[in-house]
Amino acid sequence: MNNGKPLLSVRGLTTEFTTPEGKIARALEDVSFDVMPGQTIGLVGESGSGKTTTLMSLMRLLPAGGRITAGKVMFNDTNLLALSEREMRDYRWKSMAIVFQGAMNALNPVMKVGDQIHEAIMLHNLMDEDAAEKRVKDLLEMVGIARTRRDQYPHQYSGGMRQRAMIAMALACAPDLLFADEPTTALDVMIQAQVLQLLREIQKSLGLAIVLVTHDLGVVAEVCDSVVVMYGGKVAEYGTADHIYNEAQHPYTQKLLEAFPDVSKPGDTLASIPGTPPRLTNLPPGCRFEPRCHLKIEKCSQVNPPLLEVSPKHYVSCILREGAEADL
Amino acid sequence: MNQTPMLEVRGLYKYFPVHQALADSLMRRPHSNVKAVDDVSFSLARGEVLAVVGESGCGKTTIARTLIGLEALTKGEIVFDGKLVNAHSQQPHIGLKQLRKRAQMIFQDPYESLNPRATIFEIVAEPLVVHGMIKDRKERVAAVKSALDDAGLRPAEDYFMRYPHELSGGQRQRVVIASAMVLQPELLIADEPVSMLDVSIRAEILNLLRDLRQKRGISIVFITHDLSTVAYFADRIAVMYLGRMVEIGPAREVLQNPQHPYTKALISVAPVPNPRLRRERVILQGETPNPINLPSGCRFHPRCPVAVDMCKENDPQLIELKQGHQAACLLVTKS
Ligand SMILES: Nc1ncnc2c1ncn2[C@@H]1O[C@H](COP(=O)(O)OP(=O)(O)OP(=O)(O)O)[C@@H](O)[C@H]1O
Ligand SMILES: Nc1ncnc2c1ncn2[C@@H]1O[C@H](COP(=O)(O)OP(=O)(O)OP(=O)(O)O)[C@@H](O)[C@H]1O
Ligand code: SF4
Ligand code: SF4
Ligand SMILES: [Mg+2]
Ligand SMILES: [Mg+2]
Repeated sequence: MNNGKPLLSVRGLTTEFTTPEGKIARALEDVSFDVMPGQTIGLVGESGSGKTTTLMSLMRLLPAGGRITAGKVMFNDTNLLALSEREMRDYRWKSMAIVFQGAMNALNPVMKVGDQIHEAIMLHNLMDEDAAEKRVKDLLEMVGIARTRRDQYPHQYSGGMRQRAMIAMALACAPDLLFADEPTTALDVMIQAQVLQLLREIQKSLGLAIVLVTHDLGVVAEVCDSVVVMYGGKVAEYGTADHIYNEAQHPYTQKLLEAFPDVSKPGDTLASIPGTPPRLTNLPPGCRFEPRCHLKIEKCSQVNPPLLEVSPKHYVSCILREGAEADL
Repeated sequence: MNQTPMLEVRGLYKYFPVHQALADSLMRRPHSNVKAVDDVSFSLARGEVLAVVGESGCGKTTIARTLIGLEALTKGEIVFDGKLVNAHSQQPHIGLKQLRKRAQMIFQDPYESLNPRATIFEIVAEPLVVHGMIKDRKERVAAVKSALDDAGLRPAEDYFMRYPHELSGGQRQRVVIASAMVLQPELLIADEPVSMLDVSIRAEILNLLRDLRQKRGISIVFITHDLSTVAYFADRIAVMYLGRMVEIGPAREVLQNPQHPYTKALISVAPVPNPRLRRERVILQGETPNPINLPSGCRFHPRCPVAVDMCKENDPQLIELKQGHQAACLLVTKS
């Protein structure tokens, strides 16, 4: 999908859950995007759109009841989905690591932060105790926490520092790719800006590629090179940040942008998107956005539009996309 | 139109005593306080929306809770509709019970503020029950219906028997708003009403608050750490730092012509949803200091990007720069 060779290339990823009632919930369908080395890509969409499921599928850490039913995930030249669980362990944490959603609240409260990072390093048998201890302090320093705070407990850290500690932990095995699931959502704006600045700095110094998951379009605009907009488990639109923010073609992307309050335009009215996302156990036969779409036409309730390229590096899954008149 | 301000706050202080360790009291170390709100004054006209903005821990929620009497104030005066709140004085005053009928608060976390075992009808009717208002069953149903209706939950009857877990995040926050509106308050204090919500739902709730204000002429104190949400409908913005207001003025003026270095930094980090408009950001390092040991002089000086020597000694007061636009910084003077 891009020029140059992607670090991670996701094609047609489809993931389903079996619900406790025994129904099939298709949480992801035909998700495709590329992550270039050293690039930041944003994954945006409302709650339930499948952002976390995408990351968990890529890490092959889906909870019980979840399984990948189709697709290909190429990490360099390896299809991760074809690996055995044993082989996958060579990639997980070492090549690609994740900062889980809400992880900053998941630190063990009765264990020193430094010990928790130490433990994470030792788990992977990469170095001896002494080297690991040095690594702990280096990692803390890298994320802007004084080495002297190694022996403090999570409650002695502020929210922003706990999030930094989680990022340090994810970097323990020097991965090439970092997944960050809503890393700034619970933080106030200034601390959020600090964490984003940190991500940018480590990206530069380590040449890291980052997949940033958030429902905040503003955050994405500030730091991402390209953006995947998700709706109801599908990619609605995928392109460079400039495509998404200035040339959006999918009605959902357009509405999302209009709904986002902008300090630089006080007094503007905000669009809202009435209705709720589709039920995954009972998906509409046509376009998933059809029940809420302000531009829908009759055909939208019958055709499930695939993700197609509208211009170089810009993909849209909507019947009304540019140049689609021919197939109507 | 009524000229009496809806609310006037004069020299408000709220200190929380810090529990002393035994060693400290044996050593007779002085008792310390969390200076959560430290000399704040402002007024709110009828039908006005005032946004109170600042980082986590700057005292926003404490102000809100003190305003409606959930916390006793340490010092200062709160005047509601020309009457002193909860005063034992000879002046005209208003009791807390009366105040809480006329002023309502929406709390920070919409997911925790709804009783999961109560139906939507019970939740919205509860304030009526608490205040012993509208005892007649039919009239009560009508009041609940119109509150749900105003909050955009239509047809209201469809929601009566439902439970919070059956609703989406946006619908739940609408229920919270309906139960705040059922008493037809004149003042609404909204503490981060949209911070926990998805962007698309956020817009829906902000639009709703804006409509209610237009339709009902209700006054709103809107608390948030996110400047981008206030730009949208506040008349005035008050910026807080460590228990103090450091800048206050008309919304447009504060956003487009900020004077205080802290306000400038806050505006610079508010994400702008367009990569073509990425700007120079002033990212303050560290976190807001602990309000137990306030920095000397200007409380912002340890993090201020333009601080000079005198900032360590002098505590700046709010000064009027232009009609209604005030800032508290030693380097800012009336033009
Ligand atoms: N273990 C599970 N069993 C059944 N369904 C699940 C499971 N985990 C997730 N889902 C469903 O998959 C869909 C996608 O969920 P996911 O957590 O990926 O969304 P998200 O975009 O990360 O949302 P949020 O912004 O709220 O974190 C949701 O509808 C969710 O209910
Ligand atoms: N009951 C209390 N006892 C002691 N300290 C308190 C109490 N309530 C608040 N504080 C302290 O007062 C200060 C202001 O807190 P407040 O909750 O008002 O901040 P806030 O601006 O609402 O922050 P946030 O954006 O995180 O909600 C903080 O330092 C807080 O720790
Ligand atoms: S395919 Fe139709 S319903 Fe779907 S987004 Fe496009 S116009 Fe709207
Ligand atoms: S008084 Fe000094 S430290 Fe305080 S805001 Fe102004 S310049 Fe900064
Ligand atoms: Mg998620
Ligand atoms: Mg608060």
